[in-house]
Amino acid sequence: MQATIKQDFKTRSKQMWKEMKEAKHLYVLMAPFIILFFTFTIIPVIMSLGISFTQFNMLEAPRFVGFDNYIKLLLDDEIFIIAIRNTLVLAVVTGPVSYLLAFVFAWLINELKPKLRAFMTLVFYAPSISGNAFLIWLLIFSGDVHGYANALLMQFGFISNPILWLRDPDYMLFVIILVQLWLSLGVSFLAFIAGLQSVDKTLYEAGSIDGIKNRWQELWFITIPSMKPQLLFGAVMQITTSLAIAEVSMQLVGFPSVQYEGHTIVTHLIDYGSIRFDLGYASAIATILFIIMISANLIVQKFLRKLGE
Amino acid sequence: MQAIQKFMMQRKIKKRKRLNRSIGGDIALFLLLALFGIFSAYPLIMTASNAFKPLDELFVFPPTLLPRNLTFNNFRDLSELIGNSWIPFSRYFFNTIFITTVGTAGHVLVASMAAYPLAKYKFPGSKLLFMLVVYSLMFAPQVTATPNYIIVSWVGLIDTPWAIILPAIASSLGLYLMKQFMEQVPMELIESAKIDGASEYRIFFQIVMPLVKPAWLTLIILLFQRLWTTDGGAFIFSEELKPLSFALRQIAQGSIERAGTVAAVGFIMMIVPVVFFIFSQSKIVETFSTSGLK
Repeated sequence: MQATIKQDFKTRSKQMWKEMKEAKHLYVLMAPFIILFFTFTIIPVIMSLGISFTQFNMLEAPRFVGFDNYIKLLLDDEIFIIAIRNTLVLAVVTGPVSYLLAFVFAWLINELKPKLRAFMTLVFYAPSISGNAFLIWLLIFSGDVHGYANALLMQFGFISNPILWLRDPDYMLFVIILVQLWLSLGVSFLAFIAGLQSVDKTLYEAGSIDGIKNRWQELWFITIPSMKPQLLFGAVMQITTSLAIAEVSMQLVGFPSVQYEGHTIVTHLIDYGSIRFDLGYASAIATILFIIMISANLIVQKFLRKLGE
Repeated sequence: MQAIQKFMMQRKIKKRKRLNRSIGGDIALFLLLALFGIFSAYPLIMTASNAFKPLDELFVFPPTLLPRNLTFNNFRDLSELIGNSWIPFSRYFFNTIFITTVGTAGHVLVASMAAYPLAKYKFPGSKLLFMLVVYSLMFAPQVTATPNYIIVSWVGLIDTPWAIILPAIASSLGLYLMKQFMEQVPMELIESAKIDGASEYRIFFQIVMPLVKPAWLTLIILLFQRLWTTDGGAFIFSEELKPLSFALRQIAQGSIERAGTVAAVGFIMMIVPVVFFIFSQSKIVETFSTSGLK
């Protein structure tokens, strides 16, 4: 019995070696990417996990501390709890909303004539590739009477004193959400537009014969099932971005923000990783973020795959 | 009479093309589209028009959509400010151009080279690698920032442009999109080239690469806008190696009199990727039709 398994293993590895030799040119083609991808993505994930169990500051050798970083992070770090809360609020609002907006806009745009469609695609996609253009929101939500939002609200008499949009903890998250939504019609939006254009048109005609009466039924029974791969891809993109919000928060409400109201897991990570150089602690934050991102993605994938079936 | 009949026929055909659409629904949906379109475009229009406004007009309410007194003073001030700094402006500009072009070109080449085998062949390890790539889409690059810094400093790349360029080249989103797009390249084309005696390398460079040009543009814009706005972060600290975005941000941190210059900065950073997208839009959308996750 054992001999046959051994034999099997031997022939199988021989077979595999043969296949690998045949594919040697392919490995050569992939080599540069694989080397860089492992150096800057795969190995760092593993390293991050390892470093998270140590105390490490780049100058001295890392010292093993077991679960100390995690215990401190989850039980002793009030700011991290605020960061988690803010991150989840931001993700739960901007993730699904931006995903739905991207889909709805793509769907509406798809009905337009090609020229207008190209124009509207540009209008919605441009914010996400405009570099630092989101800084214009600093002017819109400026805390003095010159800020556009304040000036508008005061002119109509909704408020009598200017609101400190970017300094008042009551409004900071709202501003970040708004700007993040403005920025969020990115890659997934393009994927949806392309997906809608590639849905087989004859399906609609067939559906109409089969008794589909309005655009909503058409959407649910034909369009969504036909473009499910794009929907899954878009979800991955949107979840990952919405859990990694940091840049907008740091630029608009400051870093650190008043009462840490704009603090997110990623800004907490930047704080410990790039400023305090407590790399063990930063790695523990990164590992928790990694787990949150991967599990959020896998759960949503599972749910979306069932949609429309 | 016949003309009318023909017209009616045409209308009927036209109507049949747009199945299941009520006029009320059309109007409501397009009003919605227009409203959000304004929300989306307004800040960008303001960014552009503020760059051409004199300082006093910047704080007028209601804000003027188009500058009343068009001026190029903001750009002049910007170049003066930069001209007075001890690093010549051209240096910052060169740094950004270097990082952006080398990074983007390297990414398109390296990611495509890796995408071709994954798209067209099955071999030991191919499934595992693609799975790792898909999983890597599920977390943001910030997760690996700390170990990345350690690795970059071990390899001795800290304070060189390569600290930004090399990780960007191996961006997994590019490989993913390129691989999905390459799957469309017909296998017969590759087989027949093989019969003619072409090597895998020749097939890749002479047959596959020219066929996937739309995907190049997509990879270019996705990475270009990331590198174009990079400020070097913690990786580059020598002033003469800092990219443009860093210099522009320093300027932007001035007082309120700098508001005009800040607007000019925002305009410069915004206009380049947007113009690129305008010219390559149809090709980019074409690439995304294969982007689906199976």
